[in-house]
Amino acid sequence: MGGLPAGPVQRTEHEYAEWERRVDALMVLLSGVFGGKRLMTVDELRKNIEALGPEAYDAMGYYERWVSAIAQTMLQRGVITTEELARKMLEVERREAG
Amino acid sequence: MKPVEPLFRPGERVRVMKAYPLGHVRTPYYIRGARGVIERLCGAFANPEELAQMRDGLPARPLYRVRFLQREVWPDYRGSCDDTVDVEIFQHWLERT
Repeated sequence: MGGLPAGPVQRTEHEYAEWERRVDALMVLLSGVFGGKRLMTVDELRKNIEALGPEAYDAMGYYERWVSAIAQTMLQRGVITTEELARKMLEVERREAG
Repeated sequence: MKPVEPLFRPGERVRVMKAYPLGHVRTPYYIRGARGVIERLCGAFANPEELAQMRDGLPARPLYRVRFLQREVWPDYRGSCDDTVDVEIFQHWLERT
């Protein structure tokens, strides 16, 4: 976390999971860099990652922080509602449970 | 804007949606997924989930007082088995059982 003492940087490369690639792609699309409508900025991503708080920041992985901040930004901008997010999360949970 | 029509009447059995989305949600964590009975309709109010994002929260949503059995809410509840707890919950967090 910014300004705090930390160990050496881990330089090992690792494979990204499919969902991590999707989160990255989602951010690219929402940023409108390929000409689509710009629905968020990288600054909103950072603001909402900073707003997670130190505990959640440490507990979450890199793309977990991204996907949480992206969802938060979509709620703030009114692209989705909390209710829609809740229903979608239930739908995915039920689908995964089979 | 006309408020959302109430779907439930007192005495009807409902279940609280068991979901944990981001944002500002008034449905307490401990009651999500629980089953209860509609005690009364409290009226219709602007959706706090939208008010928290600085939007108007309209149309207003029906809000109910829902009654739950304490022993079903808290697995280790030691009081009387008839004890209840009333929680005010918006309609969009409820489904008919």
